[in-house]
Formats: sequence, C-alpha cells, structure tokens
Amino acid sequence: MPEPLKFGKLANTMTDCNKCSPQQTPLVTDGSEIGLKTIALLGMPNTGKSTFFNRFTGAQASTGNWPGITVDLMTARIKLGDQAVQVIDLPGIYDLRGFSEDEAVVQRFLASNPINLVVIILNSVQIDRQIALAMQLKEIGLPAMLLLNMADEAPKFGVHIQADQMAKHLAMPVLQMSAKYGQGYGQVKGAIAATLALQNTPVLAGNIEKLLAGSLDAEINNLLQDSFWVDPAVKKTLTHQLDRVLLHPVFGLPIFFGAMYLMFQIVYTLGKPLQDGLNQAVEWLKGTALEPLLAGAPKFLHDFLIDGLYQGMATVAAFIPVIWLFFICMAIVEDSGYLSRSAYLMDAFMERLGLDGRSFVMSLMGFGCNVPAIMGLRVMRSPALRMLSMLVIPFSLCSARLNVFIFITTALFAANVAPLVLFSLYLFSFAAAILTALIFKGRYPNQEPLVLELPPYRFPTFKQMMVRAWQETKHFLRFAWRFILIGVVAIWLCNNLPTTVAPASSGTISGIIGQALQPILSPLGINPKLSVALIFGFIAKEIVLGGLAVIYAVDQETGLAGAIVKDVTWVQAYSFMLFTLLYVPCLSTVAVIKAESKSIKFAILSVAWSIGLAWIVSFVFYQGATALGYK
Amino acid sequence: MVTADLNSLAPGASAIIASLEVDEHLHRRLKALGFQTGEKISIIRKAWLSGPLHVRIGNTELVVRRNDARAIKIRQAS
Repeated sequence: MPEPLKFGKLANTMTDCNKCSPQQTPLVTDGSEIGLKTIALLGMPNTGKSTFFNRFTGAQASTGNWPGITVDLMTARIKLGDQAVQVIDLPGIYDLRGFSEDEAVVQRFLASNPINLVVIILNSVQIDRQIALAMQLKEIGLPAMLLLNMADEAPKFGVHIQADQMAKHLAMPVLQMSAKYGQGYGQVKGAIAATLALQNTPVLAGNIEKLLAGSLDAEINNLLQDSFWVDPAVKKTLTHQLDRVLLHPVFGLPIFFGAMYLMFQIVYTLGKPLQDGLNQAVEWLKGTALEPLLAGAPKFLHDFLIDGLYQGMATVAAFIPVIWLFFICMAIVEDSGYLSRSAYLMDAFMERLGLDGRSFVMSLMGFGCNVPAIMGLRVMRSPALRMLSMLVIPFSLCSARLNVFIFITTALFAANVAPLVLFSLYLFSFAAAILTALIFKGRYPNQEPLVLELPPYRFPTFKQMMVRAWQETKHFLRFAWRFILIGVVAIWLCNNLPTTVAPASSGTISGIIGQALQPILSPLGINPKLSVALIFGFIAKEIVLGGLAVIYAVDQETGLAGAIVKDVTWVQAYSFMLFTLLYVPCLSTVAVIKAESKSIKFAILSVAWSIGLAWIVSFVFYQGATALGYK
Repeated sequence: MVTADLNSLAPGASAIIASLEVDEHLHRRLKALGFQTGEKISIIRKAWLSGPLHVRIGNTELVVRRNDARAIKIRQAS
C-alpha cells in the first residue's frame, strides 16, 4: 500500500487522464486504479445505509482491508458515468468523537484513507437528533453530501423538511430519497456523480477530536429552526398499535416464543429437504463423475480425494442452505424491528447473565445449528456482548447432536425412558449455557449501556432479504471453507494412516491418539473406540454415527445399535453423550468463531473451555453413577 | 423536582430531561440517541420483573435499562 498522502497526490496528477479509455488506465501494484475516486458512506445505525449501499453498488460488494483499521469493511467498485469509483460502507456510528469500537474504526479510517466524497445518510424522521453527524462532518471539512433517507416515512410522522434550507446551513448538497423503494434515487445518483466530478483531490481528515472541540448546538438549532418542522397532530401509527400487543406484559412473551418457534421451523424444516437435495447432488456428482474419473487411481489416493477432500467440500456446502434460510429470516426479524423488541422482552432475564435479548434469539436459533447463530451475532455492536454470546451458543444442542443422541438413547434405553434421557440432555445444554455466561460475564463485561432504538415496524423487500442471505452465505464461504477443508482432511488422514491397518482401528493415528487419551478419558467411562468417535465428532456430529459404524466395522443401519449395546453400559453411553453435547460442536463452529472474533486465541479459549467443561461434567456423572452402584 | 430520575415516571407520563449524570463518552452517545437536556421524554411502558423502559423522545423510541435510566434526571413538564 503506498503512503496515503502519496496516493492522494498521485490521484490528483492523474485527473487529466479522466478522458483516457479504461484500457489505458494504468494500475499501481496494490490494485488501486489511478483516477479511481473514493466514496465513503457514513450514517447512524438504522438509517438504511446498507440498503443504500446495496442499491448504489448493485449488491456487488466484497469485504476488504483498509489501512489503519483491523476490521473488514464492505466495499465495491462501480462505474459512475465514466468515473471509476470505490464505495466503502463504514459502520453505523452515533458521533464522530465516540469511543465505541465502530466509532474508532470510522475515525481511524478517515484519518488514514483520503476520501473524495463522504455521503452521509440520515433518517428523515429523526433529523432533529441525527443532523449533528452532518454538522460534525461540515466542521471537519471533508467534502460531503447529505441524503435524507426513508423520505417515504416522513409524512406518517408529520415531518416536514426543507432540503434547500438545510443545504445552505450545511454548505453541502442535501437530497431526500427512499433507498428501500427507490424514490428519489435517480436524482441522488446524478447528484453524487456531479459532486464527485468536482472533487478531484481526495482529502484526509485532520485531528477529528480537535476539530470538533467546540459545541455545535447553536448551529444545529439554527438549522432545525429553518428547515425542520414536526406536525404534533400526527402521532398514532400502526407501530404503536402493534407494540401494544407485541410488547404486552402478558401476551408479549408467548407471542415472542411463538415467533421464534415459527422462525426455527422455517429455517430447519425447509432447510432439511434443501440439505438433502444438496447431499444427493453431491453424491450424484461423486458417483457419475468422480468415481469413474478416479477408477484407475491407487486406493489411498482415491479414498483421500473422495472421502477426505471431496467430503470436506461437501461439509462446507452442507451449511449453505441453512445459512441462506437463516439470514432470510434474520432479514425479516431484524429489519422489521422485532429483534430489538426481543431485547425489551427478554432483558429482565438476560441482564443477569450479562447478555441481552438478541443473544437469546441467537442461542435459541443455535438449537438448530450453531454456525448461522454465531454469524447472526454481528448485529450486536458491542464486542464484549458478542464474545460472551459466542462462548454461550456452542452449548445449544443442535440438530446434528440431537441425531446422535436419538440413536444412542433408542439403542440403550427403554422406550419409556429414552425421551426423559433426551430431555435431561437439553437441561444440561441450558445449564452449561447459563453457567458459561455467569462465569465469563466478568471477563467480558458489557461496557455499553443497553440503549437500543426501537424502529417503527417495517417489512423488508424481497430484494433486501435475498441480498442479505446471499451476502452472509458468501461471507461464510470466504472465511470458513479453508479451515473446514483442512480440518476434515487432517482428521481423515488420522483415521486412515498408516495404510497397512483398517481405517479408524487401533493401529491408525486416531486409534493411537484414542489409546493415548485413555488416562484422561477412561475416568469418564469413554473407551478407546468411543474416543475415536469423539475425534470424528470434532469435524461434525453428522458423521459420528457413520464413524462409529466404521470403528465397530458394522453396518450403521443394521449392526451399530447392537454393537454399541454389547460394548458399553448405559452409564458409559450417557457419559459419552454428555461429553459429545458439551465439547466442541463442530469444526465449522470453531471456524466461524475464529472468523467472527477475528482472534485465533479466542477460538482456542472457546474450544478449551468447552472441552474442559465436558470433561468435568462427564467425570462427575460417571464417577458419581459408578460410586452409586449403577453400571 | 430536579432530583427525580427517569425510573420515577409512570407509564404514559412525560417529563423534561433535566440532566444526564454520565461520563462524557456516554453523554455523547445518549445525546446522539436523542437524550438532550430540555427535550420532552415520555414513558410508553415498563417491562415486568424490573425489565427495561420503553421511552419516546421526539420521533425516536428506545429501550433503556432501569439501571441506566437512573442517570437520566428529569423535571416536570411545564
């Protein structure tokens, strides 16, 4: 990366080249085109900034790294007329002098990256409190223009705006629009192009704290007096009527749980056939293309490519339908404003755990699959809150674990006891989550007060849902696939090396590890065979049963239940299930924890804590049960 | 009535924000969310079991924990 200042100068000298044809546009080594102009989007949370970003860039965004900051920002390259433009979506902030993580990101970004134009996006309905951000930008002196979004909602709230007056006060263009429905968007696009054409020199922000030392209150009041007026007569909206029911002290919670149940059903009942279909496609491709292609290959290479590498890719692909559906639902609960309402409804309970209602929603969703639930935590902007929730969610008993438990309880327990055994595992799941929150809330104290906006109820457009689901799926693929693939291949190698012995038998690396772990695992009643199954389970709980079938060298459908019954007692089996419930959910969960926390150390902490807790719980159970004479 | 805090306000009632007794960092955040001295604030509802408050300032509705609401001092609306 060239020095930011140099970059600015370079861009300046190249402005004469605007008429050059694109083919001749020279490239500098880091990929920044000379003559490329930079637009940064800035706004408060809940102003539709990302909706505008997606409309403006055609949702062709990717995440990128920027000098001065460690988090990834959404960015896209577009053509605005003849002008090549890169657009960066900065995190939503309240105050340019703020101290939150997001605010620090924006400050550092503006101080390290020269910008041609800052496009400020505010909510028309709440100009009175949000205009301060635009005023701060005027004060800093960055080239800017202001978009008053959600103009469609303004009349409902009795809000009247005089954009031309506002523009005079701010000394920048001011336009009204609806990013969601597109009204006014044509003019906005034209105005951005026109303003950008005048801004040939990108500008770095100076010392923001210093520039904003004085009070802007008087100027803001003058501006509001001249250009903003709210009709006090218009007040009752649909939102108030809905809130009266949805936030009702008695009906609010049952409705909330009903809504969560519905969302759960949509994601995982619709997800199942999609996942099955994908699975069939994966198998079909294997049977019709890969197998014939590799027919002549040596057995080890053949198995490595198909059961290792290809299986690894299939593991990654298996998450796509669930993540996709999950974020369609998230777009609805989040954009509708209901997710913030869940914080109100659940806060009395969650505050004691150091969390808030949004973590509760994600933990519930974790009972289907931990992976999208952890990705969904990004809506919470407090890092401590996200970290604490990330430690809690892996204890949600997901559907993959449920399958293992149903199989084992059915095999080992009488039909009338099995459901109770299963239920007890859910209780352990809740208890482990609550215990984890209580233990770690001191370590990840939430510094930010819970002051959450409750936006009016809105329904996202179909396009908004699709864009969100697609972006999150891309995000997962980008950050998790390598980690998952390498893990699956590594564990396959452990199960299949050396090639002279049967797969997953005591002679393989896994078998040897299983033996070596006996001093630690035998006090839990987990024998070498089950230990190897735990190694399988580290990849994904979906392959535990298949792994057990390989380990016992029986058919999963016909022989596995009998083989387990012969080999282990119910006490051993329950201890194994407890361990399976609590230790690492799967490699993919670890992968997203690492991706979302951006910290390998934190991912290790999460893994170590869950394995430690699994060991203690299984140990206490197994030793207790054997001491009481149960076998 | 300068000593009363936001928690003392009953659901449905309104008052004027008299002061915010918080550090500068939090003060900026609250101000950006609409908690400005002199603004009118109404309590829409309070959650059960000491849960948070649902308040309204201008056209903004917010959830505030009772713990945080203690720092928001109010006086009677004139």
